[in-house]
Amino acid sequence: MAEVTSSRKATVTLPTDEQILITREFDAPKELVYKAYTTPELVKRWWHANRGEVTSAEIDLREGGKWRYVAVICDGQEVAFHGEYREIVPNERIVSTEVYEGAPQPDGPEQGTLNTATFTEVDGRTRLTILVEAPSKEIRDAIIESGMEEGMQDALALLEGIAKSLR
Amino acid sequence: MARAATTADAFNAVAEPRRRQLLDALAGGERPVNELVRVLGLAQPQVSKHLRVLREVGAVDVREDGRRRLYRLNGQALKPIHDWVQNYERLWSERFVELDDVLEDLKQEEDGDGGSHE
Repeated sequence: MAEVTSSRKATVTLPTDEQILITREFDAPKELVYKAYTTPELVKRWWHANRGEVTSAEIDLREGGKWRYVAVICDGQEVAFHGEYREIVPNERIVSTEVYEGAPQPDGPEQGTLNTATFTEVDGRTRLTILVEAPSKEIRDAIIESGMEEGMQDALALLEGIAKSLR
Repeated sequence: MARAATTADAFNAVAEPRRRQLLDALAGGERPVNELVRVLGLAQPQVSKHLRVLREVGAVDVREDGRRRLYRLNGQALKPIHDWVQNYERLWSERFVELDDVLEDLKQEEDGDGGSHE
């Protein structure tokens, strides 16, 4: 099991105090990874991370267009994220903002992150990198801590099952 | 961008890119200072300063070997950071395992009806 999960593991690093960098390779050409990343019906199939169900994925894929994902996680709690597309280079790069709707929002402009997803193809495989840039270290840290959710063991068990079925 | 070398814990100690570079270099095993100086391409005093910060939080250990000072990584001290990021990493890993599935389906669709050979 260890080998299976590590070979399919995302790598997360923290290049600066305000950034998170997520990296993963996929065994598919970048056009397909881009499609899976930007098509609502397909996003619904993977974005849930086995912690619940994506009940809504709205994507208006153009510069200035909005996106919003809603998921109901295992304990029934609803979580939602939204943002705006800032730059779109089809099959290459998507720059967008992201705001967690559950986060406390002081007055003024929304406190979100700027996310840059980059799709790079090498020999038919695609490297996806997502650079998350937060306005402060505090918000960056809060995002990382949001990954700590209960039900982790259940999710891990599910992951193992899926990993095996992929073999 | 990097903050001053005030470093109460491992989190602060690794906030500095040069110190992360040092940790990367030590990930391969114990190394003497002069080698670390070469790897980083910095002046020795700067490297020593970063090593001292890492030592203070226990991220590296040092031992004397004749006239050489050998540094090695102390993974245990960095475990809190590892654990902290790992949960977030797992979230994305799980997403991407699902995405693998989606991609397999898309590939098959592209191949069209039945023609699954390259």
